Amino acid sequence: MQRVLHFCMYLVAIIWGIPLIWAIYTAIRPADQATSLKTDFHFTLNNFIEAWQTAPFGQYYINTILIVCGILIVQLITMTLAAYAFARLRFIGGTIAFLIVLIQIMVPVETLIFPNYMILSQFSLVDTKIGIMLPYFASAFGIFLLRQAFKSIPYELEEAARIDGCNLFQILRHVYLPLAKPTYIAFGLVSVSTHWNDFLWPLIVTSSVENRPLTVGLSIFAKSSETGAQWAEVTAATLIVIFPLLLAFFIFQRQFVDSFLKSGIK
Amino acid sequence: MKSNISIQRTTAPIPSPKLKTQRYKRAKVNVQAWLLLLPSLIFLGIFTIYPIIKTIYLSFFHLNLAHHTPEFAGFSNYSELFSNKVFHKVLLNTFLFAIGTVPTSMALGLGMAIFVNKAIKAKGWVRTLFFYPVVIPMIAVANFWLFIYTPNYGLLDKFLHLFGAGAHNWLGDPGKVLPAMMFMMMWKQAGFLMVFYLAGLQNISTELYEAADIDGANAWHKFRKITFPLLMPTTLFVFIISLTNSFKIVDHIVIMTQGGPDNASNLLLYYIYETAFQFLDKGMAATLTVILIVILFVLSVINFISTDRRIHYS
Repeated sequence: MQRVLHFCMYLVAIIWGIPLIWAIYTAIRPADQATSLKTDFHFTLNNFIEAWQTAPFGQYYINTILIVCGILIVQLITMTLAAYAFARLRFIGGTIAFLIVLIQIMVPVETLIFPNYMILSQFSLVDTKIGIMLPYFASAFGIFLLRQAFKSIPYELEEAARIDGCNLFQILRHVYLPLAKPTYIAFGLVSVSTHWNDFLWPLIVTSSVENRPLTVGLSIFAKSSETGAQWAEVTAATLIVIFPLLLAFFIFQRQFVDSFLKSGIK
Repeated sequence: MKSNISIQRTTAPIPSPKLKTQRYKRAKVNVQAWLLLLPSLIFLGIFTIYPIIKTIYLSFFHLNLAHHTPEFAGFSNYSELFSNKVFHKVLLNTFLFAIGTVPTSMALGLGMAIFVNKAIKAKGWVRTLFFYPVVIPMIAVANFWLFIYTPNYGLLDKFLHLFGAGAHNWLGDPGKVLPAMMFMMMWKQAGFLMVFYLAGLQNISTELYEAADIDGANAWHKFRKITFPLLMPTTLFVFIISLTNSFKIVDHIVIMTQGGPDNASNLLLYYIYETAFQFLDKGMAATLTVILIVILFVLSVINFISTDRRIHYS
């Protein structure tokens, strides 16, 4: 019984790997071989070169990195401040504030694409990078996660720092930040991969190469070449897009998973 | 900003030298707390609370290609929607997609976590294979799977040819397209859920299993009586994540089917996107968004209530 289960899980692991392996295989095959049923040993990097030259993936890369970093930096600041208030201070209207944050857990920003687009156009921020970033600057998920982590830090440490003459920002910097590091890392990973992968919102907001992130660029590339003959190129372009995240993951996978495990997400 | 906060949750009685300074301190804490919350609340207000109110308001107006300025419509958007066949189909698809992806991904995620938590061969590789789809954008996933599901030349059909099966139009057949997408979604998110289960598993004391071993419990018993009940809080958390995922992830539809064939793969959020940005019917898009918000809201309330009852397990 145990053996059958183990066998099944190994099988699942192999099945899970197949799409990537097949994509790599397709991408390094000559373009005209993609739809053929034969198998031989012709391999080439032409598809990657072709894809890279056809679409401005370099520019898309820069856009995505700017967007992802911008979101993360602001999120880290807003969530640290809010998490401290929720974890350590008792104040009038605290429940209301908590409920407002809770609403974002119930109704994720991603589902509000339509009204948020209207708001963005009121601010004349359509087709700007900041427009893509703005709705994500406050993260309810991050606030709750960090609040949990802050609560588990002994209050005596804060008191000690206070006696040493630290102000609130110094306390956050020297007590809370280092002790909640696994939570910050876990949140950072989730945030970066979420926004690196985000698609529908930037698709709606952007209309120029200067602001388009990788995912939107990729979809335009894929749609402009839907015939089977360009399979190899589309797959190569897809691999170009996912390469950094995948590489980072393969290198840091232990830390990736560990930081999740240590972050206190339960 | 130098402050001396003495009011917080953990300390016991506050020494009271003078009532006035105490009151001053309390006021200071209030101001400080709201200042700390201000940045988050501004963004939450503008991009979550205000949009919700605005959508509800707009759902009572006609605003589309025929009505360039908002025209009060009462509930007519809603009544129009409830007699709309496409909307029925979309709603049904959305629920089917949730039912088809949430429990399956959760079960698979739990299975993966238990498996990876054991001392097995090639553990690192197995874990990597389970988790890597999580870091790939849905849009890239869609590109990969489009070529897997392509009739005749796609990997799946190539594989089935080996067994003498004919061509299947996985994404072109109304009966197959939704299950095909469900499987893809499972592939994408099971590894993500696995990580949360892994974290949950590591919190279960090994002594419990040792005690069960002494009592002669078998693996199934240990799972049913120890692992599963103690993982209940994780399960609820994971349930929320995968449920909201099933409502908010529609990226693949843009690449793979555009909701087709005949709306067989159209989900609510994609339908909102279509209505707002392709049919340019803003009043209707607002109405659809309200419905999505209501669904999400009701599901969360149900979830909170059930969490309250079952959290005692932890």
